[in-house]
Amino acid sequence: MTRLTAAQVTVRRDGRAIVGEVSVELEGGAFVALVGANGAGKSTLLSVLAGLIKPDAGEVRLDGTPLSGIDRRALARRRAYLPQNPRAEWPIAVERLVALGLTPHLPAFGGLPGGLEPRLTQAIEACDLADRRLQPATTLSGGELGRAMLARALIGDPQILIADEPTAGLDPRHSLDTAARLQALAAQGKLVIAATHDLTLAARYSTHLLAMLDGRLAAFGPTAHVLTPDLLRQVFGVEARITGAGGERLVDYLAAAR
Amino acid sequence: MKSAPSLPGHVMTWLALTALLLAAVASLFLGRVNLSPADLLHGLMSPGGDLAGLVVTELRLPRAILAIMVGASLGLSGAVLQGLLRNPLAEPGLLGVSNGAALGAVISIYFGLAHVFGMATPLLGMLGAMAAGALTFAFGRSSTLTLILAGAAVSSLMSAFLAMALNFAPSPYAAYEMSVWMLGSLSERSWDHVFLAAPFIGLGLAILATMGRAVDALALGDIQAQSLGIHLDRTRILALLGVGLAVGAATSVTGSVSFIGLVAPHLVRPFVGSVPSRTLLPSALLGATLLLVADIGTRVIHTNTELRLGVLTALLGAPFFFWLVVRLRKVAP
Repeated sequence: MTRLTAAQVTVRRDGRAIVGEVSVELEGGAFVALVGANGAGKSTLLSVLAGLIKPDAGEVRLDGTPLSGIDRRALARRRAYLPQNPRAEWPIAVERLVALGLTPHLPAFGGLPGGLEPRLTQAIEACDLADRRLQPATTLSGGELGRAMLARALIGDPQILIADEPTAGLDPRHSLDTAARLQALAAQGKLVIAATHDLTLAARYSTHLLAMLDGRLAAFGPTAHVLTPDLLRQVFGVEARITGAGGERLVDYLAAAR
Repeated sequence: MKSAPSLPGHVMTWLALTALLLAAVASLFLGRVNLSPADLLHGLMSPGGDLAGLVVTELRLPRAILAIMVGASLGLSGAVLQGLLRNPLAEPGLLGVSNGAALGAVISIYFGLAHVFGMATPLLGMLGAMAAGALTFAFGRSSTLTLILAGAAVSSLMSAFLAMALNFAPSPYAAYEMSVWMLGSLSERSWDHVFLAAPFIGLGLAILATMGRAVDALALGDIQAQSLGIHLDRTRILALLGVGLAVGAATSVTGSVSFIGLVAPHLVRPFVGSVPSRTLLPSALLGATLLLVADIGTRVIHTNTELRLGVLTALLGAPFFFWLVVRLRKVAP
């Protein structure tokens, strides 16, 4: 089972700790929703967990090995990372964009080895992009581009998927669709970590909730236990009502807390 | 539904290669004296013999080879830089190496070193290119934007020194020589120039040719490329080193030749589905072809004073800029 552990992770910018002494242990099979107010350090923590930023103190270990000790290509084969609002910079075809996810699996030169072609088709179909396959990625709608990027992240079959606000800017249907995909990945045994501001979505789909407040860990645990009005008051400064259970949980903001 | 246009397999490469071969052959035939095929063959078979032989082996052959080397350097550098920086205006001069090479060459003319030692100008040009490239890298290595800004700063600095050299030129003749050199030309270039530039250009092109995977991954942006195992810092170092060596050496032997590096990747891109790695080789071949054709133009168009290569490429390249603007206006929302 994949295990990603952060121990006393601290990231400082201009003397201020953006992420302060965060320790957390995450395992495959979990869909972890990372929540917190704007500027709470969510993106920075995700970058550290993905091994893209070296923490100023503390360390992150993947199955016991420090991320800094893992070759960057080997790490890229095991974890995928999606930044917020990823963009395609050139009008390349969707299939080309998705195939870029295989970069750490390919030799330095040459095209896609024939053996990987079925995998490409599979990844494209799994994200419902078959009829967009040859379309330039720059002409996709926001929801389609989000799916294409997800296919790009998943084609290499990583053990860990780290996504920064994958539902940002998506309409309700595409938000639900994305959350369900992430949930399904976790159900397959992968570790999924996603930052989000959509607490209802987090309440319904995630298995665990990781809440941050001013760079520090405010709470971590199974979503059903951790997500309470008290936590939302503490982390977001809002009075909230949480109703329903399981797939019908609903988080309603009532007012800004005094 | 629109699909990304793209030629199958290596069609674009073969088309570009064919065009290059045609241009190369034409450049051996055409010039002040147009040779017949028989003369050309005879000249190539018996080097050093008659006049036709001398024209071919001592003038046109090195000139054509130099045009190919320089054009390929500009085309490939342009393709790599546009891929690395994801900026359609990126061109080899962007990192300051062209102006650095020009400054080195102008310094050699300023102090009259060229009259003491024939190869002083290209040698100092290369030193200038490397110094400028190192300066750009020292300041701009941390990100894409800082690299562009540092390149612009170094370019301006080199331009300022160039202007100063012209300002304080020891004699009107030296000033004339400097400004003419900066216009760029392939005339009166010999095998010496080819051999001097070849190792640097060869090494530079080899480095740039390895960057396909990196520029492809960068189509997803810096962060995703990094998450895919691309070493961003090393990629920037390699690009700067490759461009510095290839374009620095090219500018040192021919002077400034603009627009080839900017234009070639744009002409290739629509035919390869805009995949950055697939623009590299065709851009090099097309750059070489364009420079050969431009050089033939300077020889075939009869003017009282020689029409300089850099002037012709600028004249042909500027309208291309307008076309680019019109096209972007259509594509962009």
